[in-house]
Amino acid sequence: MTNETDQFLKSVGSSEISKRTAGVAISDEVVLETRDVNVYYGDHHALHDTSLKFHKGEITALIGPSGCGKSTYLRSLNLMNREIRGCRVEGEILYQGRNINTTKENLYELRRSIGMVFQQPNPFHKSIRENITFAPKRHGIKDKATLDQMVEESLRGAALWDEVKDKLDQSAFALSGGQQQRLCIARTLAMNPDVILFDEPCSALDPISTLAIEDLMTSIVADRAIVIVTHNMEQASRVSNRTAFFYMGDMVEYGETDQIFQRPNDKRLNDYLTGMFS
Amino acid sequence: MANLTVEAQNARIKRSMRNDRIATGILTLIVGLVMVIVVSMVLYILAQGFGQLLQPGFLTEAARANGTEGGIAYQLFDSFYLLILTLIISLPISLGGAVFLVEYAPEGPITKIASTAIETLSSLPSIVVGMFGFLMFSVNFGWGYSLISGAIALTMFNIPILTRVIQQALEDVPASQRDACLAMGLTRWETTLHVLIPAAMPAIVTGVVLSAGRVFGEAAALLFTSGMSSPARLNFFSLNFASPTCAWNIFRPGESLAVHIYKIYGEGSPEAQHIVWGTAALLMICVLLFNVLSRIAGKALARRMTAE
Repeated sequence: MTNETDQFLKSVGSSEISKRTAGVAISDEVVLETRDVNVYYGDHHALHDTSLKFHKGEITALIGPSGCGKSTYLRSLNLMNREIRGCRVEGEILYQGRNINTTKENLYELRRSIGMVFQQPNPFHKSIRENITFAPKRHGIKDKATLDQMVEESLRGAALWDEVKDKLDQSAFALSGGQQQRLCIARTLAMNPDVILFDEPCSALDPISTLAIEDLMTSIVADRAIVIVTHNMEQASRVSNRTAFFYMGDMVEYGETDQIFQRPNDKRLNDYLTGMFS
Repeated sequence: MANLTVEAQNARIKRSMRNDRIATGILTLIVGLVMVIVVSMVLYILAQGFGQLLQPGFLTEAARANGTEGGIAYQLFDSFYLLILTLIISLPISLGGAVFLVEYAPEGPITKIASTAIETLSSLPSIVVGMFGFLMFSVNFGWGYSLISGAIALTMFNIPILTRVIQQALEDVPASQRDACLAMGLTRWETTLHVLIPAAMPAIVTGVVLSAGRVFGEAAALLFTSGMSSPARLNFFSLNFASPTCAWNIFRPGESLAVHIYKIYGEGSPEAQHIVWGTAALLMICVLLFNVLSRIAGKALARRMTAE
């Protein structure tokens, strides 16, 4: 375990960068934006009029108590909510300035540009290599050299290469939980998405693997936007540039992370941060 | 609870423990009884039939004198051939139906009706299915007593079992696998074909082999459809699929082991009883093997797919 972590920290070495840049806004280039998004599960109105902007090179954290609508909102951004029976998303979701919340939108095309990493590490029942090449192959990349290069680059990008380069053809299930999650990130990186959505990516991991994932996020955010849903307040303040606080289906407060954590305006946010409820 | 005296509490605990012991005793007795019934049945049939099974030629020779002499080679072949034909027809249909119900079907009345229809089909008496098969395929379609009529009748009650098993297997694949695929821009069909079905494969294989055991032992539905006799001579090397003596001709009549037991036993000739017992022992051994095989195959597949 320690060996794995040492190896990892050496290969990333970005902790310092993350400490310098987190907490404040650093970019004004909007990649993804929502305008008055509402989400319904059947008759239940789960999310009200949420408008947010996500910037290139920045990590945005979505925080709030369980059931506040933050995951629902996240799953709207790549239209994953459409896969849930009875779920309806209204409002505009603008990706690179184009509204994608239309029936004409090609979901399959879109989801290659907006990747997603889930709460539970969910590698496929395939080898490490195939976990990465599976989707690109389905999308039409056949050349073996290109695929091999893709495997190496994305595993390096996810700081996993040194740990798995000798066992690429072994089952992904032989990896530890933290390694599996980094494999899932590598798999997403292989498609070179403009946005990566993280849905509580560390809640099933131990503290050391959690730090590893946080460093990783900081190291891959440069040319894309990252949105992370988290229950972990320290995590939000460690990694994110901006933070949005959700409560009972409303987006209550949004701002630079330092401001949100140190000078909250809304009483509910203040109560949440001081542990009045969770 | 709190205001009970210590004595009352102790009495209550004693009572619960006694009840627990009684329940354990009764449940053990029930399971023991079931085991005794199964084991004694298996042993009795084996004792009666095993000698006949070891007779030279019993498994390799054709029946003579209308089945009262000779072997049961053709019946054995016909049973497996019927099983394979049935699986070839029922597996794709069941797989398609299960995938539709789990992955595609919108919630609504049509889906509910489809599910109910499949469940109803599974509870139809097999003799009724056989009669329907006879009137529909043998008479209406003019296929007469034929293996294909029998295979289609068997398909009719294999479909609900298989659909249910595959449905369950697909539903048991964690939702996170589905999410992972869809989030990577794969279509529902690609997700199903390349991730869900492979992940569900161990459970599907187990279910298919188990259902095969049931199909293999079926008699009632075959009486009217594939008939009660195999041709006197079968040519396994003939490729003339229209010839009535070609073993692979699906329009020839055929007789499964279970039907053979029914026929020979029904004819009541005492000298042929050893053939009945031999066939019964063989049929039972085959079905037991299917059960064992299904576990082994399912486990082996599951092991291969998860960490090695």
